[in-house]
Amino acid sequence: MNQQFELPSGYKKWTWGLIVAGVIALLYGFIMLHPFAPVTHGSHGSDSTRFWAVLLQNSAFWLLVVNASMFFICVTTMAMGGWQVAMRRVPEAISSVVPFIGIITFVVLMAIVWSGRTDIYHWLDTDAVAKDHVLLGKSGFLNKKFYTIWSAVAIGLWWLLGRKMRTLSLDSDKNGQMDHETGKKWIWSNTVWASLYTVFFGLTVASTIPWLWLMSIDAHWYSTMYSWYTFASTFVSGMSLVAIFVIFLKNRGQLEFVTEEHLHDIGKFMFAFSVFWTYLWFSQYMLIWYSNQPEETKYFVARIGTADKSGPYHGIFFLNLFLNFLCPLLILMKRGVKRNWTMVTIMAVLIIFGHWIDFFQMVMPGTVGEHWHLMPFEFGVPMLFIGIIMWGAGKYLTENSLTAKNHPFLKESMIHHT
Amino acid sequence: MAGGIKKFVVGAFDDEKVLFPAVKNVRKAGYKIHDVYTPFPVHGLDHAMGLRETSLHTAGFIYAITGTTTALGFMSWIFTKDWPLNIGGKPHFALPAWIPITFELTVLFSAVGMVLTFCYLCQLAPFVKKHHFHARATDDLFIMAIECTDKTNDADLQNFLQNAGAKEVNVQVAETGWWLGRYDREQKLYREEKGY
Repeated sequence: MNQQFELPSGYKKWTWGLIVAGVIALLYGFIMLHPFAPVTHGSHGSDSTRFWAVLLQNSAFWLLVVNASMFFICVTTMAMGGWQVAMRRVPEAISSVVPFIGIITFVVLMAIVWSGRTDIYHWLDTDAVAKDHVLLGKSGFLNKKFYTIWSAVAIGLWWLLGRKMRTLSLDSDKNGQMDHETGKKWIWSNTVWASLYTVFFGLTVASTIPWLWLMSIDAHWYSTMYSWYTFASTFVSGMSLVAIFVIFLKNRGQLEFVTEEHLHDIGKFMFAFSVFWTYLWFSQYMLIWYSNQPEETKYFVARIGTADKSGPYHGIFFLNLFLNFLCPLLILMKRGVKRNWTMVTIMAVLIIFGHWIDFFQMVMPGTVGEHWHLMPFEFGVPMLFIGIIMWGAGKYLTENSLTAKNHPFLKESMIHHT
Repeated sequence: MAGGIKKFVVGAFDDEKVLFPAVKNVRKAGYKIHDVYTPFPVHGLDHAMGLRETSLHTAGFIYAITGTTTALGFMSWIFTKDWPLNIGGKPHFALPAWIPITFELTVLFSAVGMVLTFCYLCQLAPFVKKHHFHARATDDLFIMAIECTDKTNDADLQNFLQNAGAKEVNVQVAETGWWLGRYDREQKLYREEKGY
């Protein structure tokens, strides 16, 4: 069994190329967009707003995407799933990037909050909040201290609980085949840690974290669907990222137990969660459209506009629906496509791009408003994050065995048949 | 209809591990497997038998888009042409409000359509009596039925199945294809064949 994997030189070139491109974009931002210019009332939609909004969009998006792969490991562990064991090291590798992107995200969030960037988060404006009945009511939740503590706790526990899951998995490599009793104990401790992670994931990604980081941009507005919608967005992108890495390794002749059957199941996840995302997207939209309350519709007015005048994000908003619903629905529906390595790669890239655009239209309308750009700066910053993901995941994949060879369910995964 | 009375050589297997090579060898020897009846879905058996992939899902897709267009077409006609109503100041062509109903009809059409198509493909309908090659096909045996032609030497074939690991081998005559409400005739035929 060839389990030791060396990164091809092309991979390293791409990794460093993307990181350098991202750093250049960031430097451009530092020099040209004056990110540390003092925040005034006129700075809404200015260059410095654009700088921080782009960083917020990308750091939140990529952190939640890499974190989603640990969620995938934990839910399949809790469900006693066996099929994913042959490729389990891939989501592990992706989730090992959480601390790195987590630190970047935390720095960005703290810079925004503690420098009082009211152009990003309106609730940071203490004078406005004091006069504002709605924001005053939310101030127990939307305040600097709680924001800081809860963001730190969330990122820290995603990292620590995820690290525990990875350590458990790597420990199984050290000793030989487990006997029945050891295997049972090992699966049990996996299940316990996976449940802890999943519960905490529910308290953060599926509820409070999207409220704090993203929904509070539109501080007056709220939607109970929002966190699920964000979760679905990042989970389907996370599965697509797993698919890309699995196909990459398979192309390099690795992951010998992974077959079309496993690809088919990953493809099903991509298909199903695209539909799930659409369900939440639509439910959020329709309830607001139907009740037609001004304080609720303003979220969509800022994006699609009204019947008389289309809003600045009209095109992007519907492009979003096209990329994230129509394409996955119609293309991934067929069985043959989900079992086709090329088609799954194309769809995975499309889905990640689509949900990145989705995050773009979540962050931008409340911050830069109609002065939005999709320029080299907007595309350069994600390159930095992709580079970091490639670097971190590549490091994990080369340092550890690519197959959890002593996992008690490995046989089940090898003979998996969809 | 491709019905009619046909002769079958039937072999009963009690192990998947024996069944798979047997299916392979029977096909290799040029015999035509009518079907293999199993108590539970056996993964990979369809491939071993060389069955083509079902077109049931294609039918399902067609039923689904029929449902989608029916719902959208019907509602647009009612609310914009036939009986336009002002509901809460919403536009007459109120697409978001129709999506749930469109979704329901899509699901309903594809579900009902696929069930009926499934029954048609399996030749199931009320009052249709199917021939049972072996009662234990629903319990613990895998039953392989091989169709005989004029040229089939059924003694040879029975030996062949025995050698392939069948626990029980016999010859049965059964009607295949569609027939409705022919309860008596089928039972008589069964008795004649079995001799009781």
